[in-house]
Amino acid sequence: MTISHFGAVLLFALFTSVVFGITQRSEPRTMIRFGAFCFVLFVGGTIAASWIMWLIKH
Amino acid sequence: MTTNVQAPAQVAGKSSSMPAMALIAGWLIPGAGHLLQRKWIRGGLLMVSIVAMFTIGLALKGKIYSPNTGDLLDILNFAGDLGNGLLYVLARIFDLGQVTVQVATADYGTKFMVVAGLLNIISAVDAHSLATGRKRS
Repeated sequence: MTISHFGAVLLFALFTSVVFGITQRSEPRTMIRFGAFCFVLFVGGTIAASWIMWLIKH
Repeated sequence: MTTNVQAPAQVAGKSSSMPAMALIAGWLIPGAGHLLQRKWIRGGLLMVSIVAMFTIGLALKGKIYSPNTGDLLDILNFAGDLGNGLLYVLARIFDLGQVTVQVATADYGTKFMVVAGLLNIISAVDAHSLATGRKRS
């Protein structure tokens, strides 16, 4: 199996956010909101860190 | 004078062995702790997520850690892998997972499996909290 770096980020963020959403909140509605929040933070944080590394290099 | 401070956090009508069963079942089989308490959707989602992460880790040729290598980081990664419960046992029995990482993306696979184990521990503890009534269902 081969996977791109960004694909790995998306899969990791998706599965981790599902578990975080279910385990860290009590109500189904807040579970979905927190899971989505975690997903955005994971993916957004990775993209931001990637740009920071690019800027440091250049 | 009595207070309610030390009242047992147990849900009325539930078996006293349920919290321990939920914890152990949830550790051995991802999502089983929630399924035992008839939380079908939550249990199913947890099972799919954790099993998928572990399977993707194996497919990426990630490394399965073994105990007693002497390296501190290996011990920590082994603890994470052990969180997968029966998935880890099956992987060791069938000799799945690489001994050493040989390609760059395989390191992602290794991390996927370690994180799957840690997430499974969180999920098992959550099932225990549901069973004791500490977490509202």
